[in-house]
Amino acid sequence: MDTIALVGNPNSGKTTLFNAITGSNQHVGNWPGVTVEKKEGKVKYNNKEYNIVDLPGTYSLGAFSEDEIVARDFILKGNPDVVINVIDATNIERNLYLTAQLIEMGTKVVLALNMMDEAKAKNIEIDLDKLSKELGVPIVATIASKKQGIQDLLKSATEYINYEKMIKPFTYTERIKNELESIMPLLSDSEYIYPKNWLAIKILEKDKEIINYIDKNGTENLKNKVNEIQSIDSDLELEIIDNRYNFVGDILSHSVKRPAEDQLSLTDKIDKIVTDKFWGIPIFGLIMFIVFQLTFTIGEGFLGGLVEGLIGTLGKYVEEVLLNISAPTLLTSFIIDGIFGGVGAVLVFVPLIVVLYFFLGILEDTGYMARAAYVMDGIMRKLGLHGKTFISMIIGFGCNVPGIMATRTLENKKDRMIAILINPFMSCGARIPIYMLFIAAFFPNNGGLVLFSLYLLGIIMALVVGKIFSKTLFKGESSDFIMELPPYRLPSITSVLRNMWDKVWDFLHRAGTVIFVVVSLLWVLSILPYGVEPSSQGSYLGKIGTVVAPIFKPAGFGSWQAAVSLFSGIAAKEAVVGVLGMVYAAGSSDPSALAVELQSIFTPLTAVSFMVMVLFYTPCAATIATVKKETNSYKWAIFISIYTFIIGWISAVLVYQVGTLLGF
Amino acid sequence: MENLYIEQSSLSSLKKGECGKICGISAGCNSRSRLCELGLNKGVLVKIVKNDIGPLILNIQGHKLAIGKGLASKIIIER
Ligand SMILES: Nc1nc2c(ncn2[C@@H]2O[C@H](COP(=O)(O)OP(=O)(O)OP(=O)(O)O)[C@@H](O)[C@H]2O)c(=O)[nH]1
Ligand SMILES: [Mg+2]
Repeated sequence: MDTIALVGNPNSGKTTLFNAITGSNQHVGNWPGVTVEKKEGKVKYNNKEYNIVDLPGTYSLGAFSEDEIVARDFILKGNPDVVINVIDATNIERNLYLTAQLIEMGTKVVLALNMMDEAKAKNIEIDLDKLSKELGVPIVATIASKKQGIQDLLKSATEYINYEKMIKPFTYTERIKNELESIMPLLSDSEYIYPKNWLAIKILEKDKEIINYIDKNGTENLKNKVNEIQSIDSDLELEIIDNRYNFVGDILSHSVKRPAEDQLSLTDKIDKIVTDKFWGIPIFGLIMFIVFQLTFTIGEGFLGGLVEGLIGTLGKYVEEVLLNISAPTLLTSFIIDGIFGGVGAVLVFVPLIVVLYFFLGILEDTGYMARAAYVMDGIMRKLGLHGKTFISMIIGFGCNVPGIMATRTLENKKDRMIAILINPFMSCGARIPIYMLFIAAFFPNNGGLVLFSLYLLGIIMALVVGKIFSKTLFKGESSDFIMELPPYRLPSITSVLRNMWDKVWDFLHRAGTVIFVVVSLLWVLSILPYGVEPSSQGSYLGKIGTVVAPIFKPAGFGSWQAAVSLFSGIAAKEAVVGVLGMVYAAGSSDPSALAVELQSIFTPLTAVSFMVMVLFYTPCAATIATVKKETNSYKWAIFISIYTFIIGWISAVLVYQVGTLLGF
Repeated sequence: MENLYIEQSSLSSLKKGECGKICGISAGCNSRSRLCELGLNKGVLVKIVKNDIGPLILNIQGHKLAIGKGLASKIIIER
């Protein structure tokens, strides 16, 4: 099957285009660095199936960060049959720099001139025919967000696969040409994983990574040559860059007309306020507060009862049916305690999750994310962290797995490691059901405030721990802040709903798989040995819980049930609620019974210390696995599991002990 | 003879609203390539949108780029 890769600068609309072509549901957002992994999809065109690959954005083929490396490696080593280079038409000069490199490499490129709607609004005139002729590549105008130009693009790309390349030879200056000619023969003695013409250019550009690579894999002759090039301080790399820009600039001067600088755009006006030196941070705090407050008000207040009522009614009905057919007690217990009490307790929170992801989606789609990173950079830098870390933290509010993935855009290894290790303190959506349960039982009137305080506490802990790490484990300068601030865009409702549905589906899926399995397993343990009172301390589950429970005694929740629920939460955080629902509300299918039950077991103070524990302690298995994958080391996966537990425990104990002293 | 007083300074010394043309970058090889590929190459006209606390915000042909002070001080411009 032929492969078509989507390549381009960050935020140029690759994923939007990918979704439009393949009908997929990949994450789109209005800031650079949304996609950090390779994603594949399929499309049928003219009765032939094609493999479409969406890649992270990159400014050049000389990758600086992990996500850019993914893109570069696929272009250079993945052998795509044709590359669709997605260009932001409003920023064509800079975007064509990458195109120049692709052409330079001899890649088969088709340009998708995207965001034509915005280019038009800005009165940028582009002569497509002329541009296409001079660049020597086919060009198709597209508006990915409105699915315009998709068919033409597919036609162009698929036809181009079978064409001989019609590359206009990329011309180098004499000096570069000579240098290249002196390197190429030295490369021919050996095999390399990268194309040789690209290696030669990168050597001349003194690309650190490639020079290291040659050091390891090159022949002696080549190494000598590389050393020689490095030792002379010629501005060769600048000449190469200029060469590309000149190539682009020449062509653009014939084919693109831009109006003179216009007045303040809406984006400028908004930025004036949200990036203000005094108001920037308060505004950021306010926005986050509004998001969580709205989530709480709408998700709990308006929609909260919805699923709860549904599950309650359904539960009663099933209970009656089971009674009527005089089903075996074991089956009844499993269905009522395990499914309704356990999994049902988790499902009750679907509306809340829906609303949270809806608002986070809007936040991501407007363009504010990049501004959040910008305004936070000041504080972050004082703590030895990078401003971009904040983007991964905000994504972590949804789920820590993509949050940790998002750290790929951090160029500096040290910045990235810290960002990974502090991400779990960002309270993810899966932890909300736990808070909500305790809020319903103990703080029904101040729910929004409690929720926001927990989030804030998470951020503060992340920053404090980040500071400690930057002073101890990961010393050194953090890299310079450099980031595009995209224009604000009206969130597209389809894309917000799509992102939201994706996350909600994940939640439902987890409820049906991990949570179901955990609850079922624990249910079995709760009725054994045979004949024991279900979920009593005498059951196996009770016995296991009793062994570990004492460690939580200083934190005020030393019951075996609490201990068991916390440990099962490591499988997936919602399991805490599932397990509490199963063991505490045994014998009842009504989800609201659990809150009532909790009131007799916890006090407001132990509820708080329990929530603090939940906020900080060991991340879920999926997050730990992601840490392993992203750091490529078991060491860090184990480290993060343990250190967060210790922090959680200490904090919970502090809350309980200080609270007790103060008389709560 | 109006080019008599070409004044060179670093980008970070410009104030809000001022413009300058990039004429060099005195940073290491890698930072230099990074800046260039982000559109801050020689000959490009930049306008300062913001330069108080935190990173600078630049306007390059209608596009906004935020860039840390340290890096900005290594970009030499003429006006
Ligand atoms: N006006 C307009 N907006 C678009 C168009 N195509 C994409 N967008 C918007 O541009 C933003 C970026 O889109 P993405 O598809 O996430 O961009 P990307 O290239 O995948 O970005 P990265 O994954 O970060 O590299 C989103 O807010 C889209 O809604 C278009 O043709 N016109
Ligand atoms: Mg993308």
